Amino acid sequence: MTRPRTLYEKIWDAHVVEQRPDGTCLIFIDRHLVHEVTSPQAFAGLRASGRTVRRPDLTLAVPDHNLPTTARLDAAGNKLPIADAESAAQLAALEKNAPEYGIRYIDATAPEQGIVHVVGPEQGFSLPGTTIVCGDSHTACHGGIGALAFGIGTSEVEHVLATQTLLLQPAKTMEVRVEGEVGPGISAKDIILHITGTIGAAGGTGHVIEYTGSAIRALSIEGRLTVSNMAIEGGARAGLIAPDEVTFDYLKGRPYAPKGADWDAAVEYWKSLATDAGATYDKVVVIDAADIAPSVTWGTSPEDVVPITGVVPDPASFADPSKQAAAAKSLAYMGLTPGTRMQDVPVENIFIGSCTNSRIEDMRAAAAVIKGRKKADNVKWAIVVPGSGLVKAQAEAEGLDRIFTDAGLEWREPGCSACLAMNPDKVPAGERCASTSNRNFVGRQGPGSRTHLVSPAMAAAAAVTGKLTDVRELMA
Amino acid sequence: MTPLNEVDGRAIPFGLKNVDTDVIIPAHWLKGTTREGMGRGAFEAIRKDPDNLFDSAEYKGAPILIAGDNFGCGSSREHAAWALGDLGIRVVIAPSYSDIFSGNAVKNGILPVVLPQAAIDRLMEVALTDPVHVDLENQTVTTMFQDRFPFEIDPFRKMCLLEGLDEISITEKSDAAIGDYEKKLAQDRPWLQPSL
Repeated sequence: MTRPRTLYEKIWDAHVVEQRPDGTCLIFIDRHLVHEVTSPQAFAGLRASGRTVRRPDLTLAVPDHNLPTTARLDAAGNKLPIADAESAAQLAALEKNAPEYGIRYIDATAPEQGIVHVVGPEQGFSLPGTTIVCGDSHTACHGGIGALAFGIGTSEVEHVLATQTLLLQPAKTMEVRVEGEVGPGISAKDIILHITGTIGAAGGTGHVIEYTGSAIRALSIEGRLTVSNMAIEGGARAGLIAPDEVTFDYLKGRPYAPKGADWDAAVEYWKSLATDAGATYDKVVVIDAADIAPSVTWGTSPEDVVPITGVVPDPASFADPSKQAAAAKSLAYMGLTPGTRMQDVPVENIFIGSCTNSRIEDMRAAAAVIKGRKKADNVKWAIVVPGSGLVKAQAEAEGLDRIFTDAGLEWREPGCSACLAMNPDKVPAGERCASTSNRNFVGRQGPGSRTHLVSPAMAAAAAVTGKLTDVRELMA
Repeated sequence: MTPLNEVDGRAIPFGLKNVDTDVIIPAHWLKGTTREGMGRGAFEAIRKDPDNLFDSAEYKGAPILIAGDNFGCGSSREHAAWALGDLGIRVVIAPSYSDIFSGNAVKNGILPVVLPQAAIDRLMEVALTDPVHVDLENQTVTTMFQDRFPFEIDPFRKMCLLEGLDEISITEKSDAAIGDYEKKLAQDRPWLQPSL
């Protein structure tokens, strides 16, 4: 009998090509997702060394970060130019590099284009039990379908292109178990914000987090992708949720997913991946779902989380002196005073989108709150950015776009948008944004921007009231 | 990659915790297609203050950076390592790093030294007036005041840094093993081949 193993250990063991005497392992990579920002230097490296791409068939490229979220085609169906010359050049580099190396490329104007972490699962390119990498830290997202997925730097992108492997040290394992049922108005985003607030921004460093428990099992795939997406905000390079019937139902019939007898064999294998009874984790955190409220960040680290019913904390309330200093700095940047009720904080900008929260379920949750209401007058800019062309089409078929536009919100083309201040969608200096993205770092949404991370329903609630709002009050 | 062993020089007493890679290099600097020139965008928001440490007469070009917990968290952008390297930094000393950043640093010839907070506090004090000495071969950080802080480092990373090795050439030696693995995979899990 073999030793009981965790889900992580099973996936790791199945991908070891070679172990070096110093313990470093050569790990095979099943899927490589490529976007325009972190790949040009990797392709240049291949070119300079005369190397080729070992497995273009396991690689998928799609532009997302730089793309403006305004119309991409004119009335005659011609591609519109991208105003920013650097962005245009970077996008053109991917469009040229992918075919040159035989890599599948989804064009900016293709119906299935979208944020790389939305596209992977949606196309069935991301599968349970696989190793997935991408030059983007939110690759952790794909852990939601049970893949060992993590972000890599550009040197590693080049390494994977050239060898389809990575040299890695095994990670430690951490279980975050969320037991019970969350209340009405509380979503996967609130769960992961609460977890991040509990374990801290470095709580998972050196670990892969497996999310378990009844509250996680009850989530849809969209919700699981949201949770795993932000594993990196808790310091873990990867998150994992064991695949189950919900996962199989989601993937079945997707373009790149196995078909026929292959599908049956795959499901059989995926079922064997769950953590064995008796397997142990290096660290375990247990959370009661009943303790999770609609959550919101107040500072400039994703660990700075309070319930919407809470107040801006006093830096002196933190035990750790370095956290006291960091909190004081954050509050100065955020323009907040300790003791202020979070629900009294006005917001001028709303962003519903990003690889964390731009799937169909997110669009529906936001639309359910917006329906029949209007954007508040003090909200100057409110955009809804679907995660892919397919999400956009689905939302439009359901009439969700009209709900948003009737209320005064803008309905955009898919892309990373206002998550990271790389494309025209930015939050002005000194202004606040209720954002469904994943990072509230200093300057993340634009120099001087002030981000409050929230769920799609909470962002929608803020859009109609003009301040951070407990969405449960609008649901009554 | 330039090999690295001993580094002696001024250490920037930066000290902040949870410094994310957006702070090290904001996203608008990521639009290029080369690795060069990132130093201009390094710590852009902090360096808008004319009295910042990085551009002070004392620390400009210093080869060592002292930081707080969880340095390099957030985005996987290797541009952060390129930016530090372009500033002239060869060693970062902190109590902890994000996993992705520390890997990116090593691949660019930058040594991420892990030391406990008490050692960091002492080095921050020394750095105000005097240089710091880092010795990778012997895994120590020392000062002229008899401070001596030993540190741990993964042996593979140590070798890569000392010899200035490029990981792709190391992996290419395992070409046959990768080929064998691929053959076995095609038999064991044929459904992994993307179906389109």
